This record gives sequence, C-alpha cells and structure tokens, in this order.
Amino acid sequence: MSTVMATTPIHKNSGWRLFLQTVIGRAYPRVIGQQREKSWMIFEVLLPLINVAAYVYVYRAIGAPEDYVGFVVIGGAMIAFWMNVLWSMSSQLYWEKEQGNLALYIISPAPLMAILLGMAVGGMIATLLRASAIIALGTWLFNVRYVVMNPWQLLAVFVLTMVALYGLGMMTASVFLLFSREAWHYVNLAMEPVYLLSGFYFPLKNLGFWIALGASIIPLSLGLDAMRQLAFRSGPSLGFLSVPLEIGVLAVLSVVFLVAARWLLKTLERLAREEARLTENRR
Amino acid sequence: MAVNTEPNLNHLAIQTEALSRIYKIRGAKKGELRERVALEEVNLSVPRGELFGLLGPNGAGKTTLIKILTTLLSPTRGRAWVAGFDVVRESEKVRPRINMVSGGETSGYGLLTVRENLWMFAQFYGIPSRQAHQRIQTLLEMIGLADRANTKSSDLSTGLRQKMNIVRGFMTDPEVLFLDEPTLGLDVQAAREVRAFIRRWMDENPNRTILLTTHYMQEAEELCDRVAIIHEGRILACDTPTHLKQATQHEAIFQLWVDPEQALNPLALENLPGVLRLHHQWMNGGLQIEISLAEEGVLPLVIGELERQRAHLRSLQKRQPSLEDVFVQLVGLRMEEVEREHSNGYHPDPQE
Repeated sequence: MSTVMATTPIHKNSGWRLFLQTVIGRAYPRVIGQQREKSWMIFEVLLPLINVAAYVYVYRAIGAPEDYVGFVVIGGAMIAFWMNVLWSMSSQLYWEKEQGNLALYIISPAPLMAILLGMAVGGMIATLLRASAIIALGTWLFNVRYVVMNPWQLLAVFVLTMVALYGLGMMTASVFLLFSREAWHYVNLAMEPVYLLSGFYFPLKNLGFWIALGASIIPLSLGLDAMRQLAFRSGPSLGFLSVPLEIGVLAVLSVVFLVAARWLLKTLERLAREEARLTENRR
Repeated sequence: MAVNTEPNLNHLAIQTEALSRIYKIRGAKKGELRERVALEEVNLSVPRGELFGLLGPNGAGKTTLIKILTTLLSPTRGRAWVAGFDVVRESEKVRPRINMVSGGETSGYGLLTVRENLWMFAQFYGIPSRQAHQRIQTLLEMIGLADRANTKSSDLSTGLRQKMNIVRGFMTDPEVLFLDEPTLGLDVQAAREVRAFIRRWMDENPNRTILLTTHYMQEAEELCDRVAIIHEGRILACDTPTHLKQATQHEAIFQLWVDPEQALNPLALENLPGVLRLHHQWMNGGLQIEISLAEEGVLPLVIGELERQRAHLRSLQKRQPSLEDVFVQLVGLRMEEVEREHSNGYHPDPQE
C-alpha cells in the first residue's frame, strides 16, 4: 500500500484549471455544508418572513397599493443576499484567519481571487435557495401577483445585481483582511443603514433623488428597484431611474467592484504579510 | 556588469541568509510601538532529502521562521529560498512545492466530512478529483483514519483531527513539507503513529524534505537527520543529534533518587567543585536529582554531601547525554524552565 505514495506521480493543474478547481472547491462547503444545518430554515426563512409580514400588515392597514406587498416580499428575499455578503463574504477572511484556513489558502498555489470567487459563488447558490423559499412562502401567504412582461430582462437584472453585490463583497473581504475582531463591529454597523438605503421594504424613490442616487452605490438598491419595475404593474411608475439606465449602472458597478477587489487583494495581502496580519490578529 | 548574487540552490531545499524578523507590538499607551526581535540573523542550509528539526522552547522563533519560509510573513532583513525560489520575490513558485501542517490546527470546515475537507484542499493544489480521492483513500488507510472518512470533522477527537491535518499536508506530495509541532496535544499513541507515518513518508522517496519544529526533545532525536537549536530568535547549534550530544559527552550525567529526612539544600550540592548543573524534582514520593559533573570523580563528593544532609540514596544511574542536556549546556536553563519564564511574562509577546 505504501508504495502507492511514492511511485504514483501526482498531476497538478495550474492556470485556469487550477482557478476553476479552486472556485468549485471553495464553493462546495457553502453549498453542501450549509444545507446540513437544518436550522437555516428557521433563522433564514421564517424570521425574515416575520419581518416581511410586519410590513405587509402595515401597508394593508394604511391602504397602500397592493403591489407594495409584493415589493416587501421581494425586498425580504433580497435581504438574504445582503446578509450573506455581509456575514459570509466581507468578514469571512477574518473568520478564516481565526480558524486557521487563511494561512493554508495563502500557502497553496490557489489564487486568492479564486478563493473569494468560490466563496461568492457558493454563498450565492446557497442563498438563492433561501431567497426562493422566502419568495415562494411570501407569495403564497400574502397572495402576491406578479406581472412580468420581460422575464429575460428580469433575469438579467437579477444576475447583474448578484455580480455587482458579490463583487462588492469580494472587495470588502479584501479590506477586511487587515482587520481583526473589529471586523465584527464594522459588519454590524453596515447592516441596518443598508436596510434603509436599499429600500428593502419601500420604493427607493421615496428616499428623494439625491439620497437615492447616493444609495445607488449599493448594488441592491438599483437591482431591487429594477426588479420591482419589471415584476409589478405599478413598478415603472414607482421606479427611481429607467430600467436600462439601472442596468448600465449595475454593469459599471460590477466591473469596478471586481477590478477593485483584485487590486485590493493583491495590495493588502502584501501589506498583511509585511505587518504579520495574515495569521495573527494584533501586532 | 551585473553580478549574480543568487546562491547555487540546486541541492538545497531550504536556505536562509541572515534572516531577521522584528515585530512591532502595540504598547499599553496609545500610539506606543515596541519592537520584539523574533528572528536574528538566521543562516540555515537544508539539503534536499533531509528531515531537519528545529528545536526550541515556545517563543524561540520557530513558528516565525516557518511563516517566512511558507510565504506567510515577510522578513524584516535577509533572504530565504525554498525549493530554489526566493520566498518573497517568487512566492508563487514556492507555493506549489510546499505544504504545512501545524499542531492543534482547526482548519477545514466542521460541517464537511473528513473526505470532503481533504478533497477541498486537494482542489486548491489543482489535483484532479479522481486522483485526489484515490490518494486520500490511500493516506487515510495508512494513517488509520479510513473508517472515519465519512465522519464530519467537527465530530473528530483532537488526535483524529490532527491525523486528518497530516493527510492534508502529505496529500499534495510537496517537495518541502513544514511540520510545526505536529504532535502537539496528542496522546502518546497518536503521537507515536504520527511520527511513524512521517518517517515512513521520508523513507519512501529520497527527494522529500521536511522541516519539523518541535519542543519535544525525544521527537527531534527520534526523527531528525539534523537538528538546529533555536533560542530567542538565534540558532545556537546545528548538527546531527549524535554530534550535538557528543559535545556534551565530556560531562558525566547521573540520575539519583533519594529519600531526604529533611528539606534538601540543593545550593550546597550545586556549589560543590566539579558540579556543573543540577536539577531536582519530587517524583513518586522521592526526590529525583539530575546532576551534570565535570568528571565521574566528583560523584563521591555529591554522595557525601547527600549523606551530610540526611538524604538516603535509593538508586543511582549514569545516563547518556540527550538533546535536553545539549540545550541546557547552550542556554543555561532546561527547556521547561525557559517556557515557564516565557509564560510568566518574561517575554513581552506571548505569540512567536
């Protein structure tokens, strides 16, 4: 048996094959591992639904247009992605450092960008299941009616929103490489304001032009706004910008965030290596 | 004309040249920065095929050296090469050729099984899935973990988890493998199995190289072809265990077990002419004294002093010098004493 070790040469891929293998390898624990903890159904589907229900009842109590109920359900589903980006992307490298995985990622030939992309892809797939469950349950419970004229455009907006959002997550994950326990506080700090600025529970337009424009740097704001315009009858009249313009901005944000993530990762990894922050938290 | 200053590294797995690392540590006051020298002018050459040991107490600089060699940390001064490549300038060429296993590490994901965790790490080295699974199975069988391959890693005991880590490190068949205290926290049996596995792996291929750090003298003595003794960031000695021990062979080392009727005054023993060092501890109801003498002829003086102090000699044994004796001769303290001082705050930084 032992001769197998010495005599069997190992083939090791490099280049794009290694990149792809790394993405799949790192996505795997997100997709498979997370589903093994059944408690996600309570924490990530039922609890957000309770929040959604609260807004639904408020809107119905004040006699708001029925499409607002649908806005809230979609917003509640998209929150799952924001939570995933915050807790499982941005601060993830800090947790990986704590766990001892980061050092093993760094010493391996795998590009760190592929590790981050694997985290993003895995997180996106795992969260898609949660978000779909929220939409399905919310639609059924609150009798939401969709009017989708252009499903391909809706799909394109969703995909673009995800690319931009997870690109943002990859960028912030690079920044958090230098952080230690304070990462936790920054994540907490970013949670609630984004709930407000992204218009999870109301049309973005209601924030006023300048605040909504500023909030557009968060991909969820424009993504959610465009999806509402494409999925509900009253959506276009309540939209912030036109859908083509929002698609354009989302495309620009995607490129900017991904390029920035790549540059930051390279720069901050070098800095972290010099300052001994890749394995220790405080120096 | 440009002069090539790169050393000829063909036969070397590891080389360092005046390698130093200084940590800047935040002080108690705001903005205060202190410096701690973790490595100082370390020069090492490890040929390919060698199992090289780095022996030293906690805080000696072993882990810092490994971090630099594995591209995790930049040196403050000096240079280092692994598998022929500069660890700072050519880190992307070093990484496919190395791997590392640390004692007590909790890497991987608890929700994944042992096999899944290992497969995941194999992907980061570009090993195709089918080959990775075959190799994982072989190594799990060799280390005695095959029956737990489908157990979630969070359900493993410390010993089994470390076996998984060992497989993770060896699975990629690295040219140079770094083992940082690989048997730390393991019970005797598990540590013995891990050591046997390491030796077997080395014996199978003469081109494999391991740099192993440990603070277990016996482990270094049992496994390593050569050992460097490191203390406070400096290499104090580097040679084969046999040669290192020969340096202390002019000393006569005795172990005595005594029953003292009254409290023993060790100072009186230490001050006897010809007594080089003395260490005593209570064990199994008696007092065990380990004493290094300049020559055997000093022994009657020691026994006479014990009798004068009414300490009855139960047994006496001459023993061969060990690496522990080498360490004591070089540092002036036993390794456990250095670690005790270290943990009592002698060093400003608890991490290496």
